Amino acid sequence: MERVPILKIGDILLVSIQIDMEDQVALQLQEDLADRIVATGCHGVIIDISALDIVDSFVGRTLATIAAISKVLDADTVVVGMRPAVAITLVELGLSLPGIRTALNVELGMDLLARERAAADDDADEEPDGADDAETPAVPAP
Amino acid sequence: MTLSADEAARFAVVLEDHQEALVTAWTERVASTLRGRLSHTELLRQNTELRRGFQQALAGSAQDLSGEPAAELRAQLAELSSTRARQGFSATETAVSIFAFKDAVLATLDAQGTTDATTLRDYVALSSFVDEAALFTFDSYVRVREELIADQAEQLLELSTPVVKLWEGVVAVPLVGTLDSARAQVVMERLLQTLVDTGSPYAIIDITGVPAVDTQVAQHILKTVVAARLMGADCIISGIRPQIAQTIVALGIEFGDIATKSSLADALRYVLARTGKKGR
Repeated sequence: MERVPILKIGDILLVSIQIDMEDQVALQLQEDLADRIVATGCHGVIIDISALDIVDSFVGRTLATIAAISKVLDADTVVVGMRPAVAITLVELGLSLPGIRTALNVELGMDLLARERAAADDDADEEPDGADDAETPAVPAP
Repeated sequence: MTLSADEAARFAVVLEDHQEALVTAWTERVASTLRGRLSHTELLRQNTELRRGFQQALAGSAQDLSGEPAAELRAQLAELSSTRARQGFSATETAVSIFAFKDAVLATLDAQGTTDATTLRDYVALSSFVDEAALFTFDSYVRVREELIADQAEQLLELSTPVVKLWEGVVAVPLVGTLDSARAQVVMERLLQTLVDTGSPYAIIDITGVPAVDTQVAQHILKTVVAARLMGADCIISGIRPQIAQTIVALGIEFGDIATKSSLADALRYVLARTGKKGR
């Protein structure tokens, strides 16, 4: 079975999905990623889907699950590089990928993670007021 | 009634023998209908060409306009209508130019002094042939006009949906004109593609030029914003006129947590404040 490689860059794990996301591949990625976050102690995950032509509800849910698992392991997840055609299809289908943070490309994704990290550190230093997700609004239902 | 071979041959001779007088009479009649919008020399040239076209068609014993002998004439007529359509002449003015040929022929026949029943019969046959030619001109005229309109509509679609870079990391879409589904689709695709190409995390949709916002237009804008968010970019809607704001509220359209600003300047200031805060 094909596997999606997970690359470590500094404090970030980079996952670039270059193959069709079949159910088994998605579940394997979910497992591998959880293992790698624990093994490396990274605090950020970037999932690059710029090569994906199709994002269906299963892939969407898997991405959301990965984001939730990473959060539990104290790592922020950003999905980057979604194609316009994919975004339009998702909107037309009424799928809004709740719970997933997105950025246009890997660079902006890394910026976003750095900001999140800085905000989290600030919050830890000062009093925690929990207003850290004002940066990227959640996606509302169309 | 169609032109018989004999009649066609007889007229071919008439057209050949009296070409000078015929073309002059014809040109005078056409010039009076066009009221000097085309120079006399130009008309004379066109009519000389057309007379040769008619003469050749008749000499080739054309029964009607669809036959092989009239191919050259058809091409000339199509050319004429195409030029006239582009020069802004009306369909009537174009067709009358051909109809006037009949008057010119009649005048020539009168001058000949042969007024028997055969001449009448011949003339009626020729008349129907010329009618056909004029109708063909009319058809070509309409076709050229329709092509023009289709071209213009396409150009308008291209022109009316530009995506401009406003600042580093900020693009703007100034929407002008009514937003129907086809245009909304073009706008959405172009905006999203520009976001990817330029890597801009902010987009401002300016609706100053949109005359009316109904639920459908709002739906299109919302879809665009949601799609942009899915890709990781944020949209701000600006240029909401007082009238539009009232309509939006009256219709109960909810923009949710999408930032709306009254002017493009406000929207840009808002974006810059946000990017500045993040220390970009």
